[in-house]
Amino acid sequence: MATDEEPGSGGGVEAKKFLYVNRRAPYGTIYALESLEVVLIGAAFEQDVTLAFFDDGVFQLTKGQDTKALGVKNFSPTYNALGDYEVTKLYVEKESLSERGLTVNDLMAITYEDEDDDWAEKPSIHLVSRSELADIMAEQDVILSF
Amino acid sequence: MKFAVVVNEGPYTHQASDSAYQFTKAVLAKGHEVFRVFFYHDGVNNGSRLTVPPQDERNVQKNWTELGEEHKLDLVVCIAAAQRRGILDANEAKRQGKDADNIAPGFRISGLGQLIEAGIQSDRLVIFGD
Repeated sequence: MATDEEPGSGGGVEAKKFLYVNRRAPYGTIYALESLEVVLIGAAFEQDVTLAFFDDGVFQLTKGQDTKALGVKNFSPTYNALGDYEVTKLYVEKESLSERGLTVNDLMAITYEDEDDDWAEKPSIHLVSRSELADIMAEQDVILSF
Repeated sequence: MKFAVVVNEGPYTHQASDSAYQFTKAVLAKGHEVFRVFFYHDGVNNGSRLTVPPQDERNVQKNWTELGEEHKLDLVVCIAAAQRRGILDANEAKRQGKDADNIAPGFRISGLGQLIEAGIQSDRLVIFGD
């Protein structure tokens, strides 16, 4: 049935757990950018959203991205806006960081304002192990991988 | 069960569209419902009616169009991805001032909300990509 349902209603069902898997580097392919576009549009549907970054996906969150010489838009600032869209859970895999010689200090400091805690600013990025990520995935209802 | 299928690659270059097609057929043969087939990234290219593959090869677009007709499938091409890659219906062509449209029969162009809705409304969302 071809219908364009209004966002936010969810058809009266309880919010589902949506996980967005990010495994690719930000600029060599379009997957990172178009995945982020889904996250932003999806925010209007008020589901329980989590983002996971592993393999080369951890590069999407590195700070100091400068794409001027590439002639390609630097879309890394968009990750900082995720908190405003109530996307506050960004899980980054520890093994993927260390395999690439990265630490959490190489990543952007992405935060959100917790409305249940007097708008206190809190980090959105959580480091998790590969096996913890498997547990997180097992809890999800819908996994989107691009 | 209610399934949603997502196709993230274009025809021929990757097997994703063929795999998704075979999976969709198998799901339907088992008596399940396919809520929507959503085409994203280069997957939108499955919805071009201008492809002319060799005669002795499968026609990926026609496979989807015919399967869609037979089972009344909702084949949706993402508008944002389609605009980037030049897949247009008559309305979009007019809106964007382009001199042609190329969407294949049985496909419709719509927003990313349709993908999210498919995830919400289906029991399983299965993605075919690279």
